[in-house]
Amino acid sequence: MAQKVLVHRLYVRIFHWLNAIAMFMMITSGWRIYNASPLFDFSFPDAITLGDWLGGALQWHFAAMWLFVINLGVYIVLGLATGHFRRKFLPLSPRALVHDVNDALHLKLAHDSHDYNAVQKLFYIGITLVMILTFISGLAVWKSVQFQLIGHLFGGYEGARLVHFAGMSLICAFVVVHLALVLLVPSTLLPMITGKGKAFPKDVEKNHVA
Amino acid sequence: MWRKIMLLKRKEPKLLLPRTTEVISLERRLFMGKALSLGALTMLTGCNVADDGQAQKILDVMSKWNDKAQAALFNPNRMALTYSEAEITEPFPFNAYYSEDQAPEVKEEGYKLELSGLIDKKDPWTLDKLRALPQESQITRHICVEGWSAIGKWGGVPLGNFLRMVGADLTAKYVGFKCADDYYQSIDMASALHPQTIIALTWRDQVLPRKYGFPMKVRIPTKLGYKNPKYITAMYVTNDYPGGYWEDQGYNWYGGS
Repeated sequence: MAQKVLVHRLYVRIFHWLNAIAMFMMITSGWRIYNASPLFDFSFPDAITLGDWLGGALQWHFAAMWLFVINLGVYIVLGLATGHFRRKFLPLSPRALVHDVNDALHLKLAHDSHDYNAVQKLFYIGITLVMILTFISGLAVWKSVQFQLIGHLFGGYEGARLVHFAGMSLICAFVVVHLALVLLVPSTLLPMITGKGKAFPKDVEKNHVA
Repeated sequence: MWRKIMLLKRKEPKLLLPRTTEVISLERRLFMGKALSLGALTMLTGCNVADDGQAQKILDVMSKWNDKAQAALFNPNRMALTYSEAEITEPFPFNAYYSEDQAPEVKEEGYKLELSGLIDKKDPWTLDKLRALPQESQITRHICVEGWSAIGKWGGVPLGNFLRMVGADLTAKYVGFKCADDYYQSIDMASALHPQTIIALTWRDQVLPRKYGFPMKVRIPTKLGYKNPKYITAMYVTNDYPGGYWEDQGYNWYGGS
């Protein structure tokens, strides 16, 4: 029987799937809220929104908000405290990044280790920061008076709205790329459910074994 | 006529949005206050959720929880930002669930603000009597629940001063308002006593025009637009949850900003 290694710790897997659910609810209800007063010259099709009307979408948005932010908070605290972020996302050198971006652009998606390449590291650090930014700008939209100091960071209420929208857009872009890569390399899906994956020689060398 | 009003009430609150007041919204929600898009929820759960009562119950509980969270976040000493005359939004949007020509026309002659509930001095107030009280004005940002915002200038009597003057029970939970249209609204006492919460009698130093709520609106810059009722005819203080026009259809009651 092939040797298995621990690819994703339990708390990472719990975070990932709760976050997927929370993001789904936040984004689809957020689209419905956006439709009530669009920032730009387009609306989202109602069929792909959650909430059925503005009031319902707001209920979903501000209920899912708690799941999103508590889950993200626990993940960040554990990620920092356990050294998970340091191990998985660092080091990240510009040189390795250029090399791996070049590989990725030539669709050289080598998957011979469970360690992240530089592009993946950048993506996961980036998406975490974008989620934090989207949350903070959301606070400034939700409580523009109580959190007006945060609002100042974004140039006031209307600025915070734009940043909140931009954060949502980046998260959606991430999801598209993320899902496309899972389709290209389907063997990455199961480890996010069971935690375990095939042991590559590189992982065994590193004593990565569960 | 009555049927027409009832139908209007059931339209999407999109009509609140000034830019789309002329756009007739094609979408209709199945029932008032239902928060579920069955299509989206089917996507979410992978099953057909025809009976959505359970999810709606959870959403209602969360909305009540959010009322508490917002009350805890509310700082009575935190003032909303104020702006300069030059920053006032021109033209300031009319917004309601009906069009501007359907706005109530209240005549000053014979108008009196009725007081009831946990208030010692319940004598009704004429506009002249209210105008004789010390006035304050503010230039603040009105933020609609839909997301758009506009800066306006309102002047009038600080609601907290008024409540103290008429001997309202300041330990009561709610201050409620009845309006000349079928709108009604209520707020928490802490927000009612906030220094920037005013009984607005003027708009840009002129008598409040019909389109902005003559004879009076309550201007609360620490709350979203739907918590700022217009065309007010009666005010009361109570410990029994009074709800509100949109809240009874599913909007969050606290509605703070």
